[in-house]
Amino acid sequence: MSNAFVDFQNVWLAYNEELLAQKNYAVEDINLSVNQGEFVAIVGPSGCGKSTFMKLTTGLKMPSQGRILVDGQPVTGPLKISGMAFQAPSLLPWRSTIDNVLLPLEIVEPYRSNFKTNKDAYIERARNLLASVGLKGYEDKYPWELSGGMQQRASICRALIHEPKMLLLDEPFGALDAFTREELWCTLRDLWEAQRFNVILVTHDLRESVFLADTVYVMSKSPGRFLVKKDIDLPRPRDLEITYTPQFTDIVHELRSHIGAIRQTTLQPTP
Amino acid sequence: MKSKTIERWSPWIFLVSVVLLWELICSGFGVSEFIFPSPSRIWEQLVEYRDVILAHAWRTYWVTMVGFGIAILVGVMLGFIIGSSRIAYAAVYPLMTAFNALPKAAFVPILVVWFGIGVGPAILTAFLISFFPIMVNIATGLATLEPELEDVLRVLGAKRWDVLVKVGLPRSMPYFFGSLKVAITLAFVGTTVSEMTASNEGIGYLLISAGSAMQMGLAFGGLVVVGVMAMAMYEIFDYIERHTTGWAHRGSQH
Repeated sequence: MSNAFVDFQNVWLAYNEELLAQKNYAVEDINLSVNQGEFVAIVGPSGCGKSTFMKLTTGLKMPSQGRILVDGQPVTGPLKISGMAFQAPSLLPWRSTIDNVLLPLEIVEPYRSNFKTNKDAYIERARNLLASVGLKGYEDKYPWELSGGMQQRASICRALIHEPKMLLLDEPFGALDAFTREELWCTLRDLWEAQRFNVILVTHDLRESVFLADTVYVMSKSPGRFLVKKDIDLPRPRDLEITYTPQFTDIVHELRSHIGAIRQTTLQPTP
Repeated sequence: MKSKTIERWSPWIFLVSVVLLWELICSGFGVSEFIFPSPSRIWEQLVEYRDVILAHAWRTYWVTMVGFGIAILVGVMLGFIIGSSRIAYAAVYPLMTAFNALPKAAFVPILVVWFGIGVGPAILTAFLISFFPIMVNIATGLATLEPELEDVLRVLGAKRWDVLVKVGLPRSMPYFFGSLKVAITLAFVGTTVSEMTASNEGIGYLLISAGSAMQMGLAFGGLVVVGVMAMAMYEIFDYIERHTTGWAHRGSQH
């Protein structure tokens, strides 16, 4: 437990005091420990508190009960060591792609104070990052001139430009077509293999979670609880071909059966 | 390509057709110049009284621009406050809506009591009538930020101010320029209405005095002048809008 990078200890969260008084929690009794550089995926039906979990991890929300430690320190406010990307790329349409990627550096310390003086170096860094996800030559294009998949690549670059220790992804590939999605899995895999930051990926795509993650957590729906922790011991580096092996399919199938079980148990008790 | 040329010239073609139709009706039915003057008669009067009209038009123009300038300052400030705080939004909005529903012409007699006949009531009427759309649009632009975008920045430790400056303000610029186009035309309405009862100068005053002297050609000429000024200012703001916030109108560029 001591060397865990992210450590949730009996964390409960109700969104406001009214809900707390009714004991209506969005997430319940979350215990989780993530090692340095580990890739974690959280899967579950929609509305199960996955996004709430993300807000807790980044310090945007404080738990009602329990403790969250990140890098050994209790979380007391927004953590500047993390980057986030969502299902919607949410790039700013009045900024070119490279200026969108540079945005975090204009906000987060220590880059903020020396942004003007080191601007050339940062632009170089942003260019390299964009090139590494296949966006070379699109730096000066505006977001609306890019395809959905390209926008999402740029959005991931924006989340990584300040070299965060932790990358949080909330269904980042949910709005993309199947082929683009698989391409981006590989992009994310390569970025992670190269830099080994922590990733917490929230998704409802089981194949995605098994392909990318070291550990998959299955979450139940209202209240959000972790039901299953599954270590994925497929060899790395993983190739897309692995998704067609029986070994891979078995793991996906097993996780799917847990989700099926959740559905049934939550349907019976009606409040 | 051809339809694009037609589109560009369509306002002029339409304007010329309306003027021609008007002229034809007036001369065809022998309408009296004292009831409804023809475009040619209005043009004659415009040329004949050009010095007088120009002096009144200049007065109306600068009074409107002063009122409009104050409206931009106050509208942006109020909009910024309302748009950046939910509490301020909830507190101020209902009262502002009620205020906006009042006919601004009704303020003119009160303003005359406070500031006397002259520029004071005209500037303030122009201001009162035109700050509301500016305020509402700035507030809307700021208040409708995508929560996810806000989260992306807050995770980095962005303060509320950072979010407003980096995202909120640029994002509300198209709303702002859109509102300027509405507000400038309203400001001309405000000035003219106020000048009709509370001034000895300006197009509003010209309209009243020409009307009471039965100089219908001159009165119509005054209306044309206000219309032209408002349209010119509208086009200027439209130009600025298209050249500063082109990203918001990308549909028309492709």
